[in-house]
Amino acid sequence: MGQTLSERIISEHVNRKVTAGETVLTPVDLCLLQDGTAPLAIRQLGKLGLEKVFNPKRVVFFIDHASPSPRRELSNDHTLIKEFAKKTGAQLSDIGGGISHQVINEFYVNPGDILIGADSHTCTGGALCAFATGLGSSDVAIGMALGKTWFRVPETFKIVIKGKFPFGVFAKDLILHLIGLIGADGATYKALEFCGETIENLPMHDRLTLSNMAVEAGAKVGLIASDKITQKFLQRMGRGNKYRKIKPDSDAVYDRVIEMDVSRLEPQISFPHTVDNTRPLSKAKGIRIQQVFLGTCTNGRLEDLAIFYNIVKGRKRDPQTRVIINPASRTIYLQAIERGYLEEFVRFGAEVLMPGCGPCVGVHGGIPSDGENILSTMNRNFKGRMGNPESFIYLASPAVCAATALKGEIADPREFLPQPKKAIKAKKPVSLKGPSPKSKAKSKTSKRKKK
Amino acid sequence: MLLKGKVWKFGDDISTDLIAPGRFYHLRSNLNEFAKHVMEDADPTFASQVQAGDFLVGGKNFGLGSSREHAPLIIKMAGVSAVMAKSFARIFYRNAINVGLPVLVCETDKLETGDELEVDLEKGLIRNLSKGLTLDFKPLPKVMINILQDGGLVAHIEKHKDFKLD
Repeated sequence: MGQTLSERIISEHVNRKVTAGETVLTPVDLCLLQDGTAPLAIRQLGKLGLEKVFNPKRVVFFIDHASPSPRRELSNDHTLIKEFAKKTGAQLSDIGGGISHQVINEFYVNPGDILIGADSHTCTGGALCAFATGLGSSDVAIGMALGKTWFRVPETFKIVIKGKFPFGVFAKDLILHLIGLIGADGATYKALEFCGETIENLPMHDRLTLSNMAVEAGAKVGLIASDKITQKFLQRMGRGNKYRKIKPDSDAVYDRVIEMDVSRLEPQISFPHTVDNTRPLSKAKGIRIQQVFLGTCTNGRLEDLAIFYNIVKGRKRDPQTRVIINPASRTIYLQAIERGYLEEFVRFGAEVLMPGCGPCVGVHGGIPSDGENILSTMNRNFKGRMGNPESFIYLASPAVCAATALKGEIADPREFLPQPKKAIKAKKPVSLKGPSPKSKAKSKTSKRKKK
Repeated sequence: MLLKGKVWKFGDDISTDLIAPGRFYHLRSNLNEFAKHVMEDADPTFASQVQAGDFLVGGKNFGLGSSREHAPLIIKMAGVSAVMAKSFARIFYRNAINVGLPVLVCETDKLETGDELEVDLEKGLIRNLSKGLTLDFKPLPKVMINILQDGGLVAHIEKHKDFKLD
C-alpha cells in the first residue's frame, strides 16, 4: 500500500512504515516558539527542573507577537525568553526580525522535516514539504527538551487543483473558497495534501499562503510535495543543498479527494466571524470598511506587497479608510524599501509597521473601535481577534484590500489591476519589480508639484 | 472519578479568542488575573458566576483557532471540571489533556444551562440529574488517558521520564 506525504515523512523519522491512525513517538527536527507561548513553555520545563534544548541550532524563539513591546508585562516576558535562549544556546529572532512562520521558512525549514511550533500557523511549513504542525506550550516545551513528541498519523484529504487563475484571482481566494467548502472543522485531525497542475506551477509565496491556512479547516498539516519550485526557493535562501524530492505514492490511500478548477473562481471574502463564512466578492461589494490591513503570515510577503503597490500606485486612498501595512519579515521589509513600495505606501497615507504580528492578534498596532469593519489579508476573523469583540473582520486577498483602500468599501481589484498585456502598452508601465529609477523620479516630481 | 456540577451551555465554534481574548495578551504570565476574563466575549457573567465543578458545554468545533494553552488552562483555573462538546479543534483538545482538563466528545443538544450533571470518567457516562437522562461519551485515546490520569503532560513526563504511549 502506498504512502501519503504525512505517512512518508513520519515513517522516515520512526524507521518503519506507518499508516494513518497509528500513534507514534517520533523525533522532531525543529521547534518554534513565540513570545505569546514561549513564557508558559519555559515555565512548564522549569517545573521539571529542565533548562535545556535538544539541539540549540534547531530550537528557535521568535519575538513577533508584541514587537516591539507595548507593555511592561510583555517586555518582562521577552526578557524571560531571551535569558532562556542565552542559557540554552537556542536561536532567537528578536523584534524587527519578523513573523515566525515567514522567518522559519526563509532560514530553517527543509523538506522532510518534522517541525512543531507553539503557534497554530506553524502548518505554513507544509509548503516546503515539512510535516509542520501547531501544538501548545507544554507539548513544544517537552519537544524542545527531549527532541521528540507523539502524534496520531493523520488521514489525508487530497486537494487536487486544476486550471489557471483568472485575472485578479489569487491563491488566497482559492484557500478561502476551499475552507468555505470544507468548513472550519471539515478537516479536523486530518492532513491536507495540495496537488494538481495549478499547485505544480504555483510560486512559493502562494504555496505558503495555502499551507498557512490549512489549520482554518481544522487540519493538522497542509503539505505540498517538494519539486523544482521548492528547490529554487531553497537555493535563493542559501540552502539549496537541503533540497530533496518528496512525493506521495501514486497508490497512496486518501480519506477524501476534493477536486477544484480555479479557472472560474471569483475573488472571495470571508464574512465575520468565521473563516468558512466565505462568499464571492459580488456578494460583498459596497460594504463600508474603516480599516484595511495588509500583512501577516498569510499575505505579508513581497509579492503581496507588490500586488497592493500596483493597485494603489499614484492613486488616492479613501480618506475615511485607514490603511495598515505590515511586511512579514526583515528580508521582505528591506526588499520593499529597495523596490520603492514602502515609499509609495507612505505617500498613499498608509501606516507601515515593522515586521510582526501585532494587529492580527489584537495586541497592538491597529485595534478597531466598536462597530468598525475591517478588511484584512489575515487568516482569521474570529470575534475579538483584533482586540475588539465589537468589531467585524472580513478576509480577502491583497488585491481586494488594495481596491478597497481606494474606494472605502469592499471593491473589485479587477477595476484597478493592470491587465498583463495592456500594462505593456499603458502610459505608466507597472512592473512587479517595482519602479524604475526613472518612474521613481517622476512620482517625486508630481509630489512636489502638488505641494 | 466522579465529577459533579452544573452546565454552562454555549454554541458552536467557540474560538480561543472568545475563551482567552487577545486583548488580555499581557496577562499570559499572570494567569490568576487572566482567569477572571475567561469566556468574557462569549458571556461576560461566566467568570464571576461559575462554581467549582461546573461543566462548560459547547456545540461543534470547540476551541478552534490559536494554539494558546492559556485557553484550557484558565478554564481549569476558573473551576470547570470538564468541557463537553460535539467536537473539538485539534490543538485545544490536546492542550486541554496536557493541562489536566477532561474534554468529552458527546451529543450536547439536550444539555442546557443549569442542568445538574454527574460524570463518571472511567465508565464514560454522563448522568443528567435534572432531566433524568444518561449520555455516553467517546473514550479518549490511550496516550491521552495516561497523560490525563497523571495530571497533565508535565506530570506525565516527570513520572515516566518519557512519553508512555500504551
